Amino acid sequence: MAISFRGPGPIPIDLNVNGEERTVFIEPRRTLLSVLREELGLTGAKHGCGRGQCGACTVIIDGETAYACLTLAVDCEGRSIRTIESVSHGEQLHPVQEAFIEHDGYQCGFCTPGQVVAAVSLLEHNPSPTEAEVREAMAGNVCRCGAYPNIVTAVLDAARQGTGRDPGVSGATVASGEEG
Amino acid sequence: MKPFSHGNATSIEEALEALSGMSWPLAGGTDLLALMKEEVAAPERLVNLKTILGLDAIAERQSGNENEWHIGALTTLSALSQTPAFADHLGLRCLVQAAQESASPQLRHMATLGGNLVQRPRCWYFRNRHVPCWRKGGRRCFAFKGENKYHTILGGGPCYAVHPSDPAVALLALNASLLIAGAQGRRVVSLEDFYVMPRPDRQREDGYHPVTILEPNEILTAIVVPEPQANSRSVYVKRTERGAWDFALVSAAASLRLEDDVVKEARIALGGVAAIPWRANAVEEVLIGQPLSPELIEHAAGAAVAEAKPLEHNAYKVDLIKGALRQALQI
Ligand SMILES: Cc1cc2nc3c(=O)[nH]c(=O)nc-3n(C[C@H](O)[C@H](O)[C@H](O)COP(=O)(O)OP(=O)(O)OC[C@H]3O[C@@H](n4cnc5c(N)ncnc54)[C@H](O)[C@@H]3O)c2cc1C
Repeated sequence: MAISFRGPGPIPIDLNVNGEERTVFIEPRRTLLSVLREELGLTGAKHGCGRGQCGACTVIIDGETAYACLTLAVDCEGRSIRTIESVSHGEQLHPVQEAFIEHDGYQCGFCTPGQVVAAVSLLEHNPSPTEAEVREAMAGNVCRCGAYPNIVTAVLDAARQGTGRDPGVSGATVASGEEG
Repeated sequence: MKPFSHGNATSIEEALEALSGMSWPLAGGTDLLALMKEEVAAPERLVNLKTILGLDAIAERQSGNENEWHIGALTTLSALSQTPAFADHLGLRCLVQAAQESASPQLRHMATLGGNLVQRPRCWYFRNRHVPCWRKGGRRCFAFKGENKYHTILGGGPCYAVHPSDPAVALLALNASLLIAGAQGRRVVSLEDFYVMPRPDRQREDGYHPVTILEPNEILTAIVVPEPQANSRSVYVKRTERGAWDFALVSAAASLRLEDDVVKEARIALGGVAAIPWRANAVEEVLIGQPLSPELIEHAAGAAVAEAKPLEHNAYKVDLIKGALRQALQI
């Protein structure tokens, strides 16, 4: 069979974002990042460098972190996309988010959604990482404010809290002596 | 990014039928989409290879009396670096080391080994569409007399941009070859013959001077790595400017087989020094048949850079590659 090509004009695309089926009408050249932000109103993932160097656009696709700025939305049909918006339950923050607040894991906050998504994904794959593993897993997320020590402390602390639990249960903040 | 149409291939044959100079294969997209955003590449159609089932499998196969590893071209760098059969294998681990030290976790989830081998140079002149550099079909290399901190010290021009792949350097040391499918049939090409030095007579229809022999209507389907002989060991050493992810300033891969401390076989490849992953034949000649002593390693490191001609801003690479090679040979 010959491949059926779609585009270059707008085409309908079905996406599964945060567990919901969404249909968008877009050109094939649109990145997942621009579709999340401009079509679906999910502005948590940020446009930083647009070339895979900063990590502000980090999302989870089929269980693995990826840069939405270098991913075509058309390539995401049939795949499961999770964004920062899915991490908390309403007002109930995820333990990783609580730990970022507790340990001051940010300054300006622009990179924070990407950092949190990377950390959540790490802890889903590896619930008790070593510090070296945290640094490695977070290496694709740049923080120009330089909050790195606090970010690492926050991720390690969230791991200690056990993020596998439902955020509704373990959402309480933790007193920790490791203020960075 | 210029508009384009997009299609999902479900078989190699389907993809081959659709490919042409203006219709490009798309794998992880981490290099191609960046080039398209810069409009350094502007294909009219993208043929998605990720929808071809089975192109991401890793399998051990028998070929005559030898075993070899077939790594599907769509295998991601993260899948490759998590393959225990390689990570726990002294002879093959340089490939895992190279994959693991490539880019960032997110990029390794996306990037495929095939795309990694075919990726374009990272030279800032090449990647700027306003600069008509030689690689893009222009008249001269702007790095030669310009900003050339990250450029070549070996092999000369007319393009002085280094090839950015880490895995390619490891695969060259492992004597890998590539399975290529085209409309005219399949061919097997050694990695060494896959990369071509910049030459004026090698030019594509669009003016681009290619880095590989891959034709526009061909697909890389697998990377084949021969099972190393018993007692082989390999290592990949990468030097970067940053502590976290970064492209190699230089790198060295060594695959050695020793018997009673005497080097019986050696394949040495260097990265970040030439327009292609660089096979260091002169180093191999120094090593083979000799006991692996500190003096021999020093001699080998010298042989690696005997022909080096650094540019204005990259003389540091001469010492850096010697150091990386020394370390690779000591392990
Ligand atoms: C910020 C950043 C840092 C990086 N750091 C490193 C690093 O440290 N080390 C390193 O080695 N690399 C590094 N890279 C490069 C990265 O590894 C490559 O971009 C990636 O491996 C390309 O694979 P892909 O699947 O995304 O290819 P794509 O972008 O999809 O394709 C790249 C090219 O290959 C062609 N192609 C893809 N697959 C095939 C195939 N099977 N057959 C024929 N042609 C094909 C495409 O047409 C395109 O021309 C980095 C990239 C970025 C953006």
